[in-house]
Amino acid sequence: MTPLLTVDHLVMRFGGITAIDGLSLQVPHGAITAIIGPNGAGKTTLFNCLTGFYRPSAGRILLHEDDGSERDLTRLKGHRIAREARIVRTFQNIRLFGGMTVLENLLVAQHQALARASRFALAGLLHTPGYRRAEREAIELARRWLAELGLTAFADTPAGALPYGTQRRVEIARALCARPRLLCLDEPAAGLNPRESAELKALLTALRDAHGLTLLFIEHDMSVVMNVSDHVVVMNFGRKIAEGPPEAVRRDPEVIRAYLGEEDEEAADA
Amino acid sequence: MTAAALPAPSPLALRLRDALVITVLGGLLALPFIGLVTVEEGGALAVRTRWGAWAMTLVAIFLGRLAFRAALDAWRSRKPSHKSAAFSSTDAVLRRAAGTSLLAVALLLPIFFADNRYVIDTATTLGIYVMLGWGLNVVVGLAGLLDLGYVAFYAVGAYTYALLSTQFGWSFWAALPVAGALAALFGILLGYPVLRLRGDYLAIVTLGFGEIIRIVLLNWTSFSGGPNGIGNIPRPSFFGLPFARSAEGRTFHEFFGLEFSPMHRFIFLYYLIVALALLTHALVSRLRVLPTGRAWEALREDEIACKALGLNTTTVKLSAFATGAMLAGFAGVFFAARQGFISPESFTFSESATILAIVVLGGMGSQLGVVLAAAVLVVLPEVGRQFADYRMLVFGAAMVTIMAVKPTGLLARREPTVRLNPSRSSAP
Repeated sequence: MTPLLTVDHLVMRFGGITAIDGLSLQVPHGAITAIIGPNGAGKTTLFNCLTGFYRPSAGRILLHEDDGSERDLTRLKGHRIAREARIVRTFQNIRLFGGMTVLENLLVAQHQALARASRFALAGLLHTPGYRRAEREAIELARRWLAELGLTAFADTPAGALPYGTQRRVEIARALCARPRLLCLDEPAAGLNPRESAELKALLTALRDAHGLTLLFIEHDMSVVMNVSDHVVVMNFGRKIAEGPPEAVRRDPEVIRAYLGEEDEEAADA
Repeated sequence: MTAAALPAPSPLALRLRDALVITVLGGLLALPFIGLVTVEEGGALAVRTRWGAWAMTLVAIFLGRLAFRAALDAWRSRKPSHKSAAFSSTDAVLRRAAGTSLLAVALLLPIFFADNRYVIDTATTLGIYVMLGWGLNVVVGLAGLLDLGYVAFYAVGAYTYALLSTQFGWSFWAALPVAGALAALFGILLGYPVLRLRGDYLAIVTLGFGEIIRIVLLNWTSFSGGPNGIGNIPRPSFFGLPFARSAEGRTFHEFFGLEFSPMHRFIFLYYLIVALALLTHALVSRLRVLPTGRAWEALREDEIACKALGLNTTTVKLSAFATGAMLAGFAGVFFAARQGFISPESFTFSESATILAIVVLGGMGSQLGVVLAAAVLVVLPEVGRQFADYRMLVFGAAMVTIMAVKPTGLLARREPTVRLNPSRSSAP
């Protein structure tokens, strides 16, 4: 299992608080990795470091390129991680462009290609064939992902007017339109009803199997984690406390203690 | 019967009760204002009662309130369907029709008012404000960056033309692009330090920037003439033909074999601002459907999501500031050329506030809304000239009314920049 991403002794401090404390982990290529842990364990902070929103206090994040070279992401500026390293994320509290339609949301995700084709808006203003082709291709890519995620009917609806579960899917579709190499999902199952949750599981496995994507997701819904992930990393207090296939992690005493609290120990002691 | 009526009073009963309450209140107010009148009786002032007029007022208030209430309820019950999730296309058709007819009116106006300088002048002023509104719409309406110092770029454009023409003899057409570029540069200059600011903080800094420009122009006497301003700014010519009774070369009326009339120049200026405004409109509405414009709107909606999708928010913000500033610069050149005289007096904060009011009243991001709002804000004070003392009062009341009835602006509905199913949506 070759890694796509290596996190090496990552530290993230905010003043006196150490949110991530020497975390090391590897995200295997072409697999689904889940990050679980109690609230405040540092999961979202890790995402923010990976996607360039935070600059880590120490440690490295290495992206393994296809040609075998390594790239240190801690030196890249926020927007260039999505653009060049193609690590794209979704957010725990959905961040769609609410006033814009679903299709427009998906086109903003393809801004790079479109802006290049529009050549500082000049080719776009002149409506050159090159720009028109780029726009057609962008709409075509958006159309494919909309169809795949069952969102075609909502394409021309303002994203903010959609129900919560649909908005979650739109956010994933938008991230997919940015052609990610690593897709990071922050609690994709939060607020979903059981049926939507089942659809999400099917979607995640399809993205891995049919599209060869590498996925990294934070989740509290254990049925999703246990069903779809190939690899699970458990965090607590900014550290990794366990790692491995879901079955092994589920039985890990350290993990059980982190989730159920210290009472088990006390009960055992008594 | 009371038991049945209590839980759900009929709308009519509610309206009657409401009208009654308002009538009582209005009656109390009207008592001293209308019911009593002072008359002069042999040198002394006496108070007389006017019960008839007072009673008429009460009836008018009662009926007026009933009608107002009914209209308001009708409006409210209409709203849900109006706010439906999907963008309706009939709306777009209506807008297009409104836009086309407005354009036709704008183009034909000088034919009907060829000898009415007042109408042409007011329409030209309206044109300037429409252009400024469209320019500011890029910054505030599309990119969501609150700019309270927009008039600074207008001033940059005006002073650029004034100085280039009076000092170096540049023509209007040569100065136009230079002034636009310079204003855009100032836009970037302002944009750079405020990249990290949003909302209120951004508004305060832009407000300060506007004041800095004005105060510099006011005090740097050797450069800008200070409070005396710059006069004798050359008027634009018709492709080299001046609008004058006589000149060294051929004049406009000689070339076309017309009787000389000072109106020619005013009509030409009017058409010039219409052309500039249309150019602005074409540019902005085209930019809106390009990646640049979509990035502006995305920035307004969610800056963090923009970053997560690889958009360089610095470039997006600066391009919005620069585009808006450039358009204000163009408008400034026109303003200087039309007035023939400029001074810092013309670029006070109240101008910025008026332009911002046009954008907000029109509905953020709506091009047609800007035209309507500019018409309201420019024509209303003109109409109210007879009641000069109450002008600002009426103006304020109109603003408050619009904001209370339509808080999102006159025309706030956003037209998508692209549709997946254009065939379906174009059907009625």
